Amino acid sequence: MKFEGRVWKFGSDVDTDAIIPARYLNQSDPKELAKHVMEDERPSFPKEVKRGDILLAGKNFGCGSSREHAPLALKAAGISCVIAKSFARIFFRNAFNIGLPLLESPEASEVIEEGDRIRVDLSRGEIYDLTKKRRFLSKPIPPFMQELLRDGGLIPHLRKKMAKRKKIE
Amino acid sequence: MTHPMTLTEKLLASHSRRKWVSPGEILKVRLDLVLANDITAPLAIQAFKEIGAKRVFHRDRVVLVPDHFAPAKDIPSAEQCKTMREFAKVQRLTHYYEIGQCGIEHVLLPEKGLVLPGEVVIGADSHTCTYGALGAFSTGVGSTELGAAMATGEIWLRVPETIKFVYYGKLQPWVSGKDLILATIGAIGVDGALYRAMEFSGEAIRQLSMASRFTMSNMVIEAGGKNGVMEPDEVTLQFIKGRAQRSYRIFRSDPNARYEQVLEFDVSKIYPQVALPHLPSNVKDVREVGKVEIDQVVIGSCTNGHLEDLRIAAKILKGKKIASTLRLIIIPATQDIYRQALKEGLIEVFLSSGAVVSPPTCGPCLGGYMGILAAGERALATTNRNFRGRMGHPESEIYLSGPAVAAASAVKGRICHPDEVIKRKT
Repeated sequence: MKFEGRVWKFGSDVDTDAIIPARYLNQSDPKELAKHVMEDERPSFPKEVKRGDILLAGKNFGCGSSREHAPLALKAAGISCVIAKSFARIFFRNAFNIGLPLLESPEASEVIEEGDRIRVDLSRGEIYDLTKKRRFLSKPIPPFMQELLRDGGLIPHLRKKMAKRKKIE
Repeated sequence: MTHPMTLTEKLLASHSRRKWVSPGEILKVRLDLVLANDITAPLAIQAFKEIGAKRVFHRDRVVLVPDHFAPAKDIPSAEQCKTMREFAKVQRLTHYYEIGQCGIEHVLLPEKGLVLPGEVVIGADSHTCTYGALGAFSTGVGSTELGAAMATGEIWLRVPETIKFVYYGKLQPWVSGKDLILATIGAIGVDGALYRAMEFSGEAIRQLSMASRFTMSNMVIEAGGKNGVMEPDEVTLQFIKGRAQRSYRIFRSDPNARYEQVLEFDVSKIYPQVALPHLPSNVKDVREVGKVEIDQVVIGSCTNGHLEDLRIAAKILKGKKIASTLRLIIIPATQDIYRQALKEGLIEVFLSSGAVVSPPTCGPCLGGYMGILAAGERALATTNRNFRGRMGHPESEIYLSGPAVAAASAVKGRICHPDEVIKRKT
């Protein structure tokens, strides 16, 4: 899986309340959530973010609540992948389960800047900054999680597995 | 050859048909209980249906609690509660709690004896880690995984490394579990225990009430922790006596178990703590906070809405009025706590002081309703997170403390040590 897009850079400890405030959690339509994603951090973000853009952050991205609405909102807003120094545990699981790829790379998180265009190769764990012409390596994504992403998340993955099983039977 | 294990490792091994496990292993774990609330259940139910599941794995072991935006704060919230209610009815769930029998999930479940020592529990709520105080493994997950777990009764988990926290010494006056956990998060940071199990031990922990222990395990997520366990003792057994409706198992860490790190705290040096905006790790001794005037105080939540918390608040508020410049909102965590507070005269004390008493709800803690902050307003809350904008406007501020500091500060109108409001018998 490969992506190319513009980088939006955020700091460390971006919490799930910042990604999607609880005042919007009285429903769970991803399109509605996307209209408010990161708005308290940067009010213009939901309007300006484009499909394929990449979010870059510091350490502990997605800390706080277990709301799956957070990765859902990012994905529905068009974010193709999040790169950070580290991720909070529940957010990490949630993102892969809904099919939003995450890459851990302390070096990329430091060096890449807002507005850079970067190319990401998930299977190789490679991040290439087209603006700076620099290459970074991320912690590799385990094969079973790559499969989860290719299928589009845990639900389509499980459905596919069940369909396969039925065929064999 | 024996393989020494920590409490967390034993809990996970016992639920994955393994004699022993080591940190880093991925296990398929059998679940004793799965939990969701009115915000996370609708997505979990959707996932449950999308994978083609028909029945939950066990109708006694799936718990649904409407507490976040319930009693419903608006039409969409009412729809979310309805989705949950209908699912509970179709699946004939034993443990669906309608408002009136309900309460904040993480206080309600232990109160009803639904989580017991030795069990493994997941919940679609980050504060599911609370039950570690009973000697259980519990952790928060997202809705999709919960939906799958409702169908299968299983989940994959990585065995976490354990960090041991040892607390010794005599507790200072007005210090409760909240102050110990705030001091701990202050020491290690909001990702200080990322992906790790936190094990709380030592003589000072054994001195703590069950309420204070729940408060500590409740906030391990604020240090990035996966779970936060304590070994059961007499206090634990006393708590579950009369509540437990099924057998349970007591596990203890082996004396030579391997820990990634051991941290010690002399609690005699821990005074009431306050977390300043905008991170729970931004902690100071209350005496070093300086003059901070506040507009609102909230006493409640899954962290500090226990009966004991209300008793502490009432002790300070008795015969006093809150500052005319501020609002005090008190939220008993469950209906039983509410009723007991009424019997003990605590509610009368609160009303006389000028407080408003709300029915059980998570409400203001996550900026849902029942006390949202306007721009520029400042709150002191006994809740668990002070992220920017969590209780309302992004330009509002949240300070966190235990119930004693919160109640005293409501009287003074500014953050203060309880000694400023009430004389201690020496």
